[in-house]
Amino acid sequence: MSWNTFSTVAETVKALDDKKVSAVELATHYLDRADALQPILNAYVTLDREKTLTEAKVADDNRAAGVAAPLLGVPIAHKDIYLIDGWRTTCGSRMLENFVAPYSSTVVRNMSAAGMVTLGKLNMDEFAMGSSNETSYFGTVKNPWDTSRVPGGSSGGSAASVAAGLTPASTGTDTGGSIRQPAMFCNLTGLKPTYGICSRFGIIAFASSLDQAGPFAQTAEDCALLLSAMAGFDTNDATSLDRPKENYSLDLAKRLTGLRIGLPKEFFGEGVAPGIAKAVDEALAVYRKLGATTVEVSLPNVKYSVPAYYVVAPAEASSNLSRFDGVRYGHRAAEYTDLMDMYKRSRAEGFGAEVKRRILIGTYVLSHGYYDAYYLQAGKLRRLIAEDFKRAYEVCDVVMGPTAPETAFQFGSKSDDPVKMYLNDIFTICANLTGQPAMSHPCGVDENGQHVGMQIIGNYLDEARMLNVAHQFQLATDWHTCHPSI
Amino acid sequence: MAQWEVVIGLETHTQLTTASKIFSGSSTAFGAAPNTQANVVDLAMPGALPVMNIGAVERAVKFGLAIGAKINQRSIFARKNYFYPDLPKGYQISQFETPIVVGGSITIMLDDGVTKVVELTRAHLEEDAGKSVHEQFDNESGVDLNRAGTPLLEIVTEPVMRSAKEAIAYAKTLHNLVRYLDICDGNMQEGSFRCDVNVSVRPFGQNEFGTRREIKNLNSFKFMQQAIDFEVQWQIAEIEDGRKIQQATVLFNPDTGETKAMRSKEDAMDYRYFPDPDLPPLVVSDEMLARIKAGMPELPEAKCARFSSQYGLSRYDAMLLSQDGATASYFETAVNAGADAKLVANWMLGELSAALNREDKRIEQSPVNAVRLSNLVARISDGTISHKIAKTVFEALWSGEAASVDNVIDAKGLKQISDSGALEKIVDEVLANSAAQIADYKAGKEKALMSIVGMVMKSSGGKANPAQVNDIVRRKLA
Amino acid sequence: MSLSSQDIERIAHLARIRVTPADVLDVQAKLEGIFKLIDEMQAVNTQGIEPMSHGLDMVLRLRDDAVTETNHREKYQKNAPQTAEGYFLVPKVIE
Repeated sequence: MSWNTFSTVAETVKALDDKKVSAVELATHYLDRADALQPILNAYVTLDREKTLTEAKVADDNRAAGVAAPLLGVPIAHKDIYLIDGWRTTCGSRMLENFVAPYSSTVVRNMSAAGMVTLGKLNMDEFAMGSSNETSYFGTVKNPWDTSRVPGGSSGGSAASVAAGLTPASTGTDTGGSIRQPAMFCNLTGLKPTYGICSRFGIIAFASSLDQAGPFAQTAEDCALLLSAMAGFDTNDATSLDRPKENYSLDLAKRLTGLRIGLPKEFFGEGVAPGIAKAVDEALAVYRKLGATTVEVSLPNVKYSVPAYYVVAPAEASSNLSRFDGVRYGHRAAEYTDLMDMYKRSRAEGFGAEVKRRILIGTYVLSHGYYDAYYLQAGKLRRLIAEDFKRAYEVCDVVMGPTAPETAFQFGSKSDDPVKMYLNDIFTICANLTGQPAMSHPCGVDENGQHVGMQIIGNYLDEARMLNVAHQFQLATDWHTCHPSI
Repeated sequence: MAQWEVVIGLETHTQLTTASKIFSGSSTAFGAAPNTQANVVDLAMPGALPVMNIGAVERAVKFGLAIGAKINQRSIFARKNYFYPDLPKGYQISQFETPIVVGGSITIMLDDGVTKVVELTRAHLEEDAGKSVHEQFDNESGVDLNRAGTPLLEIVTEPVMRSAKEAIAYAKTLHNLVRYLDICDGNMQEGSFRCDVNVSVRPFGQNEFGTRREIKNLNSFKFMQQAIDFEVQWQIAEIEDGRKIQQATVLFNPDTGETKAMRSKEDAMDYRYFPDPDLPPLVVSDEMLARIKAGMPELPEAKCARFSSQYGLSRYDAMLLSQDGATASYFETAVNAGADAKLVANWMLGELSAALNREDKRIEQSPVNAVRLSNLVARISDGTISHKIAKTVFEALWSGEAASVDNVIDAKGLKQISDSGALEKIVDEVLANSAAQIADYKAGKEKALMSIVGMVMKSSGGKANPAQVNDIVRRKLA
Repeated sequence: MSLSSQDIERIAHLARIRVTPADVLDVQAKLEGIFKLIDEMQAVNTQGIEPMSHGLDMVLRLRDDAVTETNHREKYQKNAPQTAEGYFLVPKVIE
């Protein structure tokens, strides 16, 4: 089959197999597009043509030698939060502006082992803290559909690059919705697996109990291929789930007859923009046509997701970011009077405003006298929310709702008010708090043509079913096949 | 001074004898070139994660069982957050609310043979920090992270000690125990065994504790004694001068013999403890517990009881011989080689102990090994030499003059004279010159007989069998 | 619950981040809203609830006690701001 910029990963694999295109040609094509659109979109932080083409050549040589690997030669770009040995890895921050990683993350190694070719490192909100990619030290990323709007965050570059055809797929991370929300804003499919499915070793930690790695692609089918390569038990990560490797594509073709979709009334209330509510309703009609039934469920404690998250995430982050002290790597101030001064200046200079704010919040909620009231309380609310979901799954197979209450907003419209920004995450956060898998797929547009995403939240370890559900929807619709004219 | 009660608690950091670090696969070997045993985890590179070493867990459990503590089969690791160059993550992984070992006790013996039970609060696992050097570079300090991540078991006592002597006795007993159990090599020079001592004073009879100061990082028993003595004096003087004791961390200066508060690191450090999200709860299975229990060596207390009953030793002697693995092993080797247990005990606690102390040697370094001592004791028991002569033989062995007991006896002609004929001859000679003493004895002075026996011993160069001489003299004067 | 500027200075010190008076004011304003949000949590009665940190009840996996790392000092010190004789250098620390 022939191949083009917006070929899916699955199509690209076939094109490579059929020798319609080589890995080097693919890499060159995407690098050229990346270079051309970089001044407009600013999706990448680091590109290294030489390194990429060397990898691509190796993939082609391997193919010629008969080496089998599921994604051999397929290009992939990684959020700049994944360490790759020998590549600059910045995490969107001045703190790591010149940091060259001395080892590779397990997820990247897994994808390389599957034959994928690294195109470059993608821009992101600094230290993954943000929902709009407006906090990166390396500048904002633009939404390819409308460059006056944000692509979402924190994996803004990961979403923008796939949406604009700068790479057929990318990796992101999701701590409070950082894969799912940009997926919605950029009309993509993005998945956050169950906590522990993908190794966190080599991924710069934001909130350790919430962070998860996941794929961005144009289709659920692609996400299944990517997740199968990314996931797997890792002895380097004590929170990695020890279970056999899974093939997430096996159930894609299953019919949805009998599927019970739970609709939490808390996800369909006042806060949701009318255009989004309409698109989601129409999508649910499609699901019913495909054989699913819907049932109202209630998650009474889910409203505490946002405050609980805004205690837990900053608390863990404040501790995780203590290692950035200018001693062994990272930014060190040029002038300082003594050790204390060196610490304080290096960190003040190295971190942006949002990161500093969250470190201060986190330090405060953990500080003497506040631990019980905040961190411990948040931990208890996590359990209550998890129990709400447990009850819901007694009457449904998957939970659905809009991925976000608003569509892609204009630059600067929220960044001055952190609370407004935080409320964007209201539907996505719960899955991070409980550790359940969750994904977003395109399901329509609002009255302004802005993209709407349907979120699917599954029970633990139910990724294969979720991908099946989204895939069947994508067989029956074509929202996901639209591309920006850029 | 008599109105003040001293209250002391100890926190001891023991480096565990694992091959690799507690959370990484780097080596724990001492003495490597700086930063050559520090991997991405130890260096706290972005994205690095801790992975738990089973060896550290097993050693903690072993310790807990040995002191009769409760093993928390589910314990939690927590982050202790603070900034210091040798703490690469900006936090230390430790245990806070739920440590692996809770309670337990260690019995110590004081000089006068009195025993005291020292209750322990807890023992928990944590990682050691790196090391800084401050003298090597002009305006900088150098950070070496080889040590960062070495497993530590922090052992905390209740504040139940009441004198420096008790504190030292406890520290020594603990030191023996951890080496006995083979969980720590106890090498204080290399920093394997470090004590922090919490000291406070209060008027006798007061229930409330006084404000305590913590003397950190004492790595010798001698310094511990000096530091505590100074600190106690200082605190009492302060209070008597009308000043309040401020809680502080204090360092001991061996050159001046003084303790001094450190530049305030942070007014009442806020460590912001919280459970480490990178480490799920540590579960010690029933299987592991049973396995470690089954593999426990005979513990000092059990050994002490057995020494007492099996060898007929006094409790005091049994305790001294069973405290230290090397000593206990020496004792039993000597007895098994054929010597009388009580005599061996006397010699070990007497001559041997004195010689070891004099030369600041440990029993493992004794030039006279257990079999050799056993031979010596056997030669006393079989009458070849007297107790007194044996001391000469011992010194000869100790200084390396000869390798075997019999060689020394023969070479120096120290064999005891037990032949009655020969003895009678010497006695007769002495009696011939002892008219005054004979008269005194006949007049009822028992001491005179001793005097005659003494002269016979002297005349024989100490080799006469004293018991036989006594009999012969008595018979002849009867 | 609102934070005073002293609170903010104290926390900034704990976090080793230098803050100017202007920073303090800015942070104070921004944090107000966030803490209002967080305070909503306090109302919930969570007595008897066990806090949760990991979704699926994980227990800590134990690795064999074996040395698996070799010396990579040169590589690992490539990003260091200042080193000498194998040490990482920092301004002199006075105890």
